Amino acid sequence: MEEHSVKAKLSAIAAALMVSLSMAFPAAVMASPEDDLKAFREYFKKRFPNVPFEDFVNGVYALDPAAREQWEAIEEFPPYEINIEKGKDLFHKPFKNGKTMASCFPDYKQGIKQNYPYFDTKSGKVKTLELEINECREKNGEKPFPWGKGPIADVSAYLAYLSRGKKIDVKVPNKAAEAEYDKGKHFFYAKRGQLNLACADCHVYYAGYHIRADLLSPALGQVTHFPVYRSKWGGLGTLHRRYSGCNKQVRAKPFPMQGPEYRALEYFHTYMSNGLPINGPGARK
Amino acid sequence: MAKSTIKIRAKEKGGVVTVKMLISHPMETGTRKDKKTGKLIPAHYITEVDAEANGEKKLTAYWSGGISKNPYLSFKYDGKKGDKLKISWQDNQGQSDSLETTVK
Amino acid sequence: MNERRRLFLKGTLAVGTLSVAAGAGLLSPRAVLAAWPEAAFKGKTVEDALKELLGSAGYETSDAINIKAPDIAENGAVVPVTVSSTLKDVTEIAILSSSNPSPLTSAYELGKGTHPYISTRIKMGKTGDVIAVVKSGGKTFGTKKQVKVTIGGCGG
Repeated sequence: MEEHSVKAKLSAIAAALMVSLSMAFPAAVMASPEDDLKAFREYFKKRFPNVPFEDFVNGVYALDPAAREQWEAIEEFPPYEINIEKGKDLFHKPFKNGKTMASCFPDYKQGIKQNYPYFDTKSGKVKTLELEINECREKNGEKPFPWGKGPIADVSAYLAYLSRGKKIDVKVPNKAAEAEYDKGKHFFYAKRGQLNLACADCHVYYAGYHIRADLLSPALGQVTHFPVYRSKWGGLGTLHRRYSGCNKQVRAKPFPMQGPEYRALEYFHTYMSNGLPINGPGARK
Repeated sequence: MAKSTIKIRAKEKGGVVTVKMLISHPMETGTRKDKKTGKLIPAHYITEVDAEANGEKKLTAYWSGGISKNPYLSFKYDGKKGDKLKISWQDNQGQSDSLETTVK
Repeated sequence: MNERRRLFLKGTLAVGTLSVAAGAGLLSPRAVLAAWPEAAFKGKTVEDALKELLGSAGYETSDAINIKAPDIAENGAVVPVTVSSTLKDVTEIAILSSSNPSPLTSAYELGKGTHPYISTRIKMGKTGDVIAVVKSGGKTFGTKKQVKVTIGGCGG
């Protein structure tokens, strides 16, 4: 079966690459986030010399002109416009106590998504936007939205839309934050599942290659377009919904959405896209 | 006030109005199975879309489940800025919606 | 042919009931006169669908009709298709996907001053031809374009 030969090929070659990569960056595990970011950008610049830095936010559409044409046909009047409006209504809908979400996100008009996730020193937690949306609801006596899709994604889409063009600016301010960042980084590079693949296998070493008819997107600029309207889903979903799906695809048990593992992963993953502009919500196949 | 399921963009250029619309609708064919229950999801798709400009019929679209979910439609007609455009749809379950807008 | 163009409403109402209801002003004229081409949409082949819809199973191939569609669809559920034509007096346009269980995806009646141009997004179950047929001056013309539908590796 095709999957096994892909798996065999990937793990054999990836193993070799892992060795050579760790030799190229011997201090990779001990490096600071800033060093990681520099190495990450240099790697992708070398791999895709013809892709301008800012174009990485378009993922596979920066690499495949035929796919890009189709994507542009969809983007002409994208289905997620319906979700942005739903999100806007939800954001401004008063809670039972009369307040709205704006009371939790007072700066929302200027765009806030580019600052997420951030490390909250007081709670010792990585805070993602979706996490805070539900914290806001609970704080005001409302039930939290389910993670993954539906209203949580709609509100996230509205806030992403307000942040379009703003450059991602995730900070790792102290040792405690760096510990979470490192957890996310390890998750990203660790093999998992029956197919024994790491995020990095497909999205770093094999970015730009094909699995069957799919082009593998580069990890650089990968988070900027979330939440994402996938034709495959016929709807909008959050980043953690995609993490969950990806883990299932390598036949690994997915972690809970907005649990500590995916929040740490999102922290590392988004930091690697620092300096790239938010272009969410986005449309993908 | 119920939100419309229809989004319209209508622009005139050189005497030609280009109308683009996006409609929020599941467009279920009736041949898809619910993954959890194994039961067939009932057919639920827009059967007709009508477009009128200043009360005059410009387009009738007959659709089936073969049109994508959250359907998109674009057409062109000879017209001018200020034309009153009305788009309405009905589906196989008896639901319908309509929206009016002015050509820019 | 027009006998086959039946009303397509919830299906529980007999035709007689509807005309009474229409007469009593209970239904809008639009709903009663709607002529959703049921037989054409039920056609299992391109030929059957076209015969039911336009009265002719075949069409004259014409390069005055253009289909813009991807060579390889990113996702068969959402395939952007734009049909345009330079033919004169186009009154109807039909868009079919040859490999779909019911090939006719949609049919369009153009009003006065409406250009022969339709852009939409269709579903294609597998690789096949997107066929665009237009009725111009009472005759049918058409063209087709193959669109490949592949199985992705990242499904998810």
